[in-house]
Amino acid sequence: MQGRDNLLHRRRLEKVFVAVALVLIVSALLVLLSLTAEMFIDGLPRLNWKFFTSFPSRHASDAGLLSAWVGTVLVISLAAIFSIPLGIAAGVYLEEYGRDSWLAAIIEINVTNLAAVPPIIYGLVALGIFVQSWNLGETVLTGGLTIALLMLPTVVVVSREAIRAIPASLKEAAYAVGASKWQVIWDHVLPYSLGSILTGVIVAVSRAIGETAPLITVGALTYIAFLPESPFTSKFPYVSFAWLQAPFTVVPIQMFNWISRAGTDFQANAAAAGAVLVILTLLMNGVAIYLRYRLRKAVQW
Amino acid sequence: MAKSEAVFSFTKVSASRRIRDIKEKAIEVVLFLAASVSVLTTVGIIFLLIEESVLFFQKVSFWEFITGTEWTPLFAEPSYGIWALLSGTITTSAIALVVSIPMGTIIAIYLSEFASPKLREICKPILELLAAIPTVVYGYFALLFVTPLLQKIFPELPGFNMLSAGIVMGLMIVPLVSSLSEDAMRAVPVSLREGSMAMGATKLQTAIRVVFPAAISGIIASYILAASRAVGETMIVAVAAGLQPNFTFNPLKSAATVTAYIVQVSLGDLPRGTLEYQTIFAAGLALFVMTLILNIIGYLLAKRYREIY
Repeated sequence: MQGRDNLLHRRRLEKVFVAVALVLIVSALLVLLSLTAEMFIDGLPRLNWKFFTSFPSRHASDAGLLSAWVGTVLVISLAAIFSIPLGIAAGVYLEEYGRDSWLAAIIEINVTNLAAVPPIIYGLVALGIFVQSWNLGETVLTGGLTIALLMLPTVVVVSREAIRAIPASLKEAAYAVGASKWQVIWDHVLPYSLGSILTGVIVAVSRAIGETAPLITVGALTYIAFLPESPFTSKFPYVSFAWLQAPFTVVPIQMFNWISRAGTDFQANAAAAGAVLVILTLLMNGVAIYLRYRLRKAVQW
Repeated sequence: MAKSEAVFSFTKVSASRRIRDIKEKAIEVVLFLAASVSVLTTVGIIFLLIEESVLFFQKVSFWEFITGTEWTPLFAEPSYGIWALLSGTITTSAIALVVSIPMGTIIAIYLSEFASPKLREICKPILELLAAIPTVVYGYFALLFVTPLLQKIFPELPGFNMLSAGIVMGLMIVPLVSSLSEDAMRAVPVSLREGSMAMGATKLQTAIRVVFPAAISGIIASYILAASRAVGETMIVAVAAGLQPNFTFNPLKSAATVTAYIVQVSLGDLPRGTLEYQTIFAAGLALFVMTLILNIIGYLLAKRYREIY
């Protein structure tokens, strides 16, 4: 009889634990929900078309995100152009070529460690190297290179994981019909792993969009009332790279600037910028989750 | 005739083979160069932080830096005691860990041992969204949502305080703890669980007394990586904990962290070669060393649990 009581007691404890765990999960979700709601409720007065088409201003109701979102688009595109091919190439090397060499082992430890270095350290390095030593100035180019450095370890890690998931039998079949190593990689390994790499890259880009601290250290301005020159021109050669040399700001920095004036009307601007960032993050991560789900269902090796 | 043709096509094959081999080698070199960019980055980080810090320590005593508790670079008689900033970093990180470790661990045990696979598949990515929200948004949330809530409990609480920044930072880190700990626990072989249950243990007893200890090195690795993330977090503390260096471990006070100090200085104009420019590199070096030690311990522990089974 005593044993039965004991068992009942232990079962009750188990129920309490499950209840506590569920409460914690639900409260984590509530945080996510209230955060999103807070941004939209506070930012409501500014969430209109004008907000996206006006420059920052001394008057909160006129101040908009135009130069900030253009800056974000330029900086992130540049960072993606630099870091994605480089990261995938590094991932291919580490998985397919340098498996057992000590050099590859060093690079591997390096990448793991770099992925955990605080972003603001990248900002300091970019300030010392890109801005001061290379004299690139506080420009879109510097911003793009900084974010590229920051994204690189993540892209390497996701590429490696994607490539590692390709079964050896697939590669062996290609080798058996006489393909060279690069042919195996280019024609078989990369096409099959591209889906998973893409998923990881979307998450990396979404994180890059929210990066604030490293761009503050390289000197991104908070007040930009003009746009960089358009990359497309009407005259030959139709493209211009002057925008690379332009000073810039990005959405999270503009938001930070508005937060520092919290308590005034600018708080609504900050919240509206926050709402834009949250929606972008949720959308991109949602797409990544969906892709991952689809891939797992579609491909069964 | 037939024979010479065979020989001819053989040399043709070997010529194209040679071209192919050269191409293959060239590709390998290019890929290797791409991989070594990461090493260059690390070298760049270490070289630059040390270079500027050496210049800094020519003017400021190293002993004062690592033992002082006053950080007043702008005063007529400046002091450079990193503890005035470290106390902020340590306090906010400690609060973040007090929030994220219990919460993350309980969620991990639940997802790994109790939840159905379907629930786990849904919960995990949604929880991970918490870590994906830009930190400047969390800063807003801490300053203008959590602080007013806390002020109802502590009426004396200043608008900038470490408590609110720490709590919000902890919430952000929960998925890091829960995902890594869950991975560690799921790597524990089922036979261990079956052995425990065969002895009459409940699921909860099995989880706490068998699975948890068996996965302990992976779980501790997740705690350490969480600590490293908290120490390096910048925008939440810069927005919500204040920018004024203040040697205190009282969470109800406002204080700058190492990272917040770097942000605050960077917001102004920074001529190269000035002492103020060098202070942020010295502060950055302190930050880098702290996170590096944490990352190495975390990496070694995480590696260990993978090797046991």
